[in-house]
This record gives sequence, structure tokens and C-alpha cells, in this order.
Amino acid sequence: MDSNGSDTLHGPRTTDRLPQSAEAAAKIVIVGGFGVGKTTMVGAVSEIRPLTTEETMTQAGLGVDDDYGSETKTATTVAMDFGRISITEQLVLYLFGTPGQERFWFLWNGLFEGALGAVVLVDTRRLEVSFDVMGRLEERGVPFVVAVNSFPDAPRYPLEDLRVALDLADEIPIVECDARRRASSRDVLLTLTRFLHSLALTGALT
Amino acid sequence: MTAPRRQRRHPAPQPPSPSAEEGDGKIPERLYVVAGPAGDRADLDLVTLIVANGRPSPSATPEQTTVMRLCAAPLSVAELSAYLSLPYSSVTVLLTELLVAELVQARAPIVRQALPDRNLLEAVMHGLQRL
Ligand SMILES: Nc1nc2c(ncn2[C@@H]2O[C@H](COP(=O)(O)OP(=O)(O)OP(=O)(O)O)[C@@H](O)[C@H]2O)c(=O)[nH]1
Ligand SMILES: [Mg+2]
Repeated sequence: MDSNGSDTLHGPRTTDRLPQSAEAAAKIVIVGGFGVGKTTMVGAVSEIRPLTTEETMTQAGLGVDDDYGSETKTATTVAMDFGRISITEQLVLYLFGTPGQERFWFLWNGLFEGALGAVVLVDTRRLEVSFDVMGRLEERGVPFVVAVNSFPDAPRYPLEDLRVALDLADEIPIVECDARRRASSRDVLLTLTRFLHSLALTGALT
Repeated sequence: MTAPRRQRRHPAPQPPSPSAEEGDGKIPERLYVVAGPAGDRADLDLVTLIVANGRPSPSATPEQTTVMRLCAAPLSVAELSAYLSLPYSSVTVLLTELLVAELVQARAPIVRQALPDRNLLEAVMHGLQRL
């Protein structure tokens, strides 16, 4: 249980309850390297106070093949923040701010396989921290858009230069955003949804 | 600009297997979830919505009672995990029991299709525009 008394959540506040008519939910993942603003973006657009789901895994470092008895185990807790947006009385959208390290993704069954799409957040001071995650999405065929989170002291580059540096296909949208602002984060999600819709029209998604 | 350059990747013919990714001479590592065997667990997504079938009976365990109270209105598995402060894998074990006993029902999630559902995406666009 949580030890910081007043902050403990025992259940949804009345205003956080979904209507009985809520039939189905879909998910979008917000990914990117360490500290690029994933949690901030989830919080900016969520209708509920952002929540955290955790998973614990053990990590066994093996000795030699015939000596499994000597393995050392360490438990690691991986946390993922998420938020929620009610789309209609029947349909709910969940946003997951997902740790960048791909080796954790399997912990949450179907997180990427089932997601409608992904937002990759990048920070121009450290573009490379989001490279790996983009490659992983490409390998898995998860459609994504790129949002450049504009930190005040970060260098500004023309988006077309960033497109080249990120080796983005022409059709993949890249936009600037301020993850702290609701309207800006909402616009990123709209960009993703429009992109997914265009894929539906062209049948380009395989 | 002098930023580092990335090189695009392409869909793998098959999902990359963990062993293929670890074959670079590093210390071998095995990662697995701490909960019990996965075989007999219900197929629950993070956004499967769970709804209680009525009120908890006096014979229900305290854990079951808590889950049923939380799910008086539909609630996702992810939210249950957060409110119960339990890992997702433990929540799925608890929910499997409740589903087998027909104390709760599960509303299946919408998952990505090879060809996306345009009506769904249009609904999402309209919903976001109202935010
Ligand atoms: N100026 C500015 N600061 C931001 C913006 N987005 C995030 N930050 C700040 O950057 C820091 C990191 O943001 P987080 O949202 O925690 O990033 P994260 O990707 O969730 O980080 P990890 O989960 O640790 O990988 C926080 O201190 C935020 O307040 C932004 O758009 N502009
Ligand atoms: Mg975070």
C-alpha cells in the first residue's frame, strides 16, 4: 500500500467513473527516450489524474550453462503512466507513456501490437535517445508520428532537417509541440489520428 | 545541422525473438514476470473494461469484494492495477478468478487492425476536437 496517506488512491473519484454505456476502449502509446516529456503529455490531455501501473520482473544473470543454480536474481519494477480521454458515451481512449527500453514492453501483453498508433516524442538536444524506439516501431509495423517537444533551451531546427536526421519517410507527419499544453498535446494526437485515417484510405497499413 | 543521424528500419518478417537480440556477446539475461504460470490466465488487455455483475456476495474474498466495488462502473485493467497498487500480472490472476465465477464481465478492447477502422478514427478525431 501507498504510505503517503493523503495521496493514496482508493478508487476512482465519482467524476472519474465511466458511464455504464462504455463498451470498448482503444489505446495509443506515447514513447521516446528518457525525460523527453511522455508523462507530461499524458497529464496534459488526460481527463483523469494520471495513474501508474507497475510490473515487476526478475532479471536473472546466468553463470555457465550447466550451473543454473548459481544465477543471481534482481527484481526490477517498471512503471508506466497513463491517462484517459472519453471519446463518446461508448468509446474510451487510453494513453500510455511507455518506457523507452523495448525489453520492458513485453510486460504488458499486447501494448504495442494492439495500440492504434504511437507518438514518438523527441528532444532536439538529445535526438538519439528516441532512435531505438522508432526502429522498434518500424520493425513491429506500429504506425507513428513524431512530435518535437520544444524545450526552451533546445536548439530549433527546420522540421525538414529533422525529417532527414530521423530518416523519416515522406508520409510520416512530424510536428512541434509543447507537451505541457493541453491544446498542443491534443493537436499531436489529432495529427496521429488523421495519419491513421489516411492509412485507412490508402490501405497502406499492412 | 550536426545532430546524429538515424537509419530507418523495416518491418521484421517475424517478431524479433529475444535470443536473436541478445546474441551480441553480452551477459545472457532472462527476463520474466514474477507472477504464477501464465497458461491459465484470461486474455486481458490493459484496456479491457471490467464491469461487476451486481454487488459482491458476503462469501466473496476481501480482494474480490474490492475489485467488484471498483468495477461497479466499467474500469480498465490498467486502472484497476493503479487503484489496487498491484502489478498488471497479479490483477489478471485476480480477474481470471472473478471471470470464471461470473462475478465480473470483460468488454474486449479495440485493437489495431491491418486495415484501420475509419469510423472509429473519425469518432476519435471528433472526440479530440472537443477537448
Ligand atoms: N519547457 C518544457 N519542459 C518540459 C516539456 N515537457 C516536459 N518538460 C519537463 O521535462 C521534464 C521531463 O518530463 P517528463 O514528462 O517527466 O518526461 P518523461 O519522458 O516522462 O521522462 P521519463 O519517464 O523519466 O523517461 C519534466 O521536468 C517536465 O516538466 C516541454 O514541452 N517544455
Ligand atoms: Mg515519465
